[in-house]
Amino acid sequence: MKELRLMKGNEAIAEAAIRAGVDGYFGYPITPQSEVLEYLMAEQPEKRTGMVVLQAESEVAAINMVYGGAGAGKKVMTSSSSPGISLKQEGITYIAGAELPCLIVNVVRGGPGLGTIQPAQSDYFQSTKGGGHGDYRLIVLAPASVQEMYDFVGLAFELAFKYRNPALILSDGAIGQMMEKVEISDQKPRWTNEEIKKMFPWATTGKTPDRPHNIITSLDLDPNKQEKFNHKLQAKYKEIEKNEVRFEEIQTKDAEYLFVAYGTSSRICQKSIQLARAKGIKVGLLRPLTLFPFPSARLFELSKQVKGILTVEMSAGQMIEDVKLAVRCSIPVEHYGRMGGIIPSPEEVVTALEQKFL
Amino acid sequence: MAENSINKDIVKEENLVFKKTGLFTDKPLSYCPGCGHGTAHRLVLETIEEMGIQSETIGIAPVGCSVLAYEFMDIDMQQAAHGRAPALATAIKRLYPEKFVFTYQGDGDLAAIGTAETIHACNRGENITIIFINNGIYGMTGGQMAPTTLPGMKSSTSPYGRDIQSMGNPLKITELVAQLPGTYFVSRQAVHTPAAVRKAKKAIKTAFENQKLKKGLSFVEIVSNCNSGWKMEPVQANQWMVDNMFPFYPLGDIKVPAEQ
Amino acid sequence: MAKIKGSIVVNIERCKGCGVCVPSCPTTVIALADEVNGKGYHYAYMANPETCIGCANCALVCPDAVITVYKMKVNE
Repeated sequence: MKELRLMKGNEAIAEAAIRAGVDGYFGYPITPQSEVLEYLMAEQPEKRTGMVVLQAESEVAAINMVYGGAGAGKKVMTSSSSPGISLKQEGITYIAGAELPCLIVNVVRGGPGLGTIQPAQSDYFQSTKGGGHGDYRLIVLAPASVQEMYDFVGLAFELAFKYRNPALILSDGAIGQMMEKVEISDQKPRWTNEEIKKMFPWATTGKTPDRPHNIITSLDLDPNKQEKFNHKLQAKYKEIEKNEVRFEEIQTKDAEYLFVAYGTSSRICQKSIQLARAKGIKVGLLRPLTLFPFPSARLFELSKQVKGILTVEMSAGQMIEDVKLAVRCSIPVEHYGRMGGIIPSPEEVVTALEQKFL
Repeated sequence: MAENSINKDIVKEENLVFKKTGLFTDKPLSYCPGCGHGTAHRLVLETIEEMGIQSETIGIAPVGCSVLAYEFMDIDMQQAAHGRAPALATAIKRLYPEKFVFTYQGDGDLAAIGTAETIHACNRGENITIIFINNGIYGMTGGQMAPTTLPGMKSSTSPYGRDIQSMGNPLKITELVAQLPGTYFVSRQAVHTPAAVRKAKKAIKTAFENQKLKKGLSFVEIVSNCNSGWKMEPVQANQWMVDNMFPFYPLGDIKVPAEQ
Repeated sequence: MAKIKGSIVVNIERCKGCGVCVPSCPTTVIALADEVNGKGYHYAYMANPETCIGCANCALVCPDAVITVYKMKVNE
């Protein structure tokens, strides 16, 4: 029997990081994610595993610390919430451009601007379409429970290192703050410097006579080379889309209508399914676990079965664009959402379904 | 031909007194003729070579003229976003405490956009070496006003001279970081004469050797020229630097550990 | 009496003709050539090779590290 603990989502991120053998965490306080840094500081992982934890002077500095650590082959991460993630975009695009693995956690709050400290899902575009400048993508995981907050840390690093690409956990203030039971995994050892040298021959670990000097950069002034590099990135994203789509389906077998929702919204939709089915409306749920890559192929299949799709997002409707593209306008796709830190109730979601389709 | 003047009796391996450090790559430096960057690069590389720490050193290149420093230094290097080099260096040093980590930054990078990263890395006392090249101008983008541009000095964005009333004062960031408890050694040097080069080399070597002591950050400013940005010939630019830059940015050690 | 004789070798194709080495030389050995190299620079050369003492001052200030310096004792 694995160890069970009652934890906040943010604490689960922190504990999972220690257990996953993370080498460095670089953070900056912002509500509603500060518990990640607080937990790590209280836990003193430098004594448990040798993990480095540092409170940086800004989100900008924190992500650039991640850049440095990742370039040296270490397993490094940061976390923040929406306004802080905006600040990190500079570093994230450099990390993507230098093809470095790392983890960024966004515990989303309502925006724009300073917005609110309450949960939202209004950073979907920023997370899945790149976020900073240039043509790049992050691998985006969307946890819907504290257990998934925990589990996705290890998964995110696995994917990040597999593809040499930054991964992002797109959570929200509700999942970050709520407490649930978590099954704790065993402690993974941190990689030794010798292992890092062997596994990541590209890392800046110090030039030895047996190889040319390693350079971590996103710069190439020759447009032909830069275009070639961009093609390489795009091919990598295609590969990720081919291999790494993850989603969950609930009651889709007989469904005539479909909710598409991730994270907190997907939890609301599960209750909405019960309420709707009690009224005789056959509705199911497709919950993407990966937002990039997006489960487009499965949605297209489902579009041949259902009469309409309602995306439920705590935003003005962002993921709906990907859903519409996925079903190629073959069936009606509508959006229901609340903004500014309001979580919709299961009842209002059912009402929206009825109003838009019945 | 001019090269015929080489004396074949003297030019023999056993008579060698100076040759280019082997830690330069084969790529020609992309800097303008007479630019101090090349000499500053050489002093850093000579230091690493003499200390025998090539395999233990990780350098961080900035955004600016020296953005391509990694092309010329046969060292494992990372190229940072504008101003963020000290953040990269902080993480690398903390993750590899036994390695030697340095940043190489210009004045726009270090003293404008990267002020926060500079000050906080210094204040935390990160055990790294910062090499700061101050030529009072943004060279790479075409000679715009820098945080270190002198009062009255002309640049492409202060075409009538830097007006303190509207454009603010030049920032003496080296004196500023010397005030912070986290800095262990702070020095300002130049590379325009043989004597200056010898002193600069000594300061850079001290700054690297200090990393072994784990007592804090070593910061070496090199006041340098920008012939292209200043619109002068190289020798003339060096003289202008002596006459104008040095009175405002006086050379010498600014903070020396008590036990030294 | 023994005398120090020096010589420099300039990597002509890498020299940018900045001239910083010229005033650094205590015995006015160096000048910029009338000819240009492949890049069009008037490269540095020993105009007065007999006065070179191999002090390496020129090499110390050369931003492109194109100067190699040799010296030897000569008995006269």
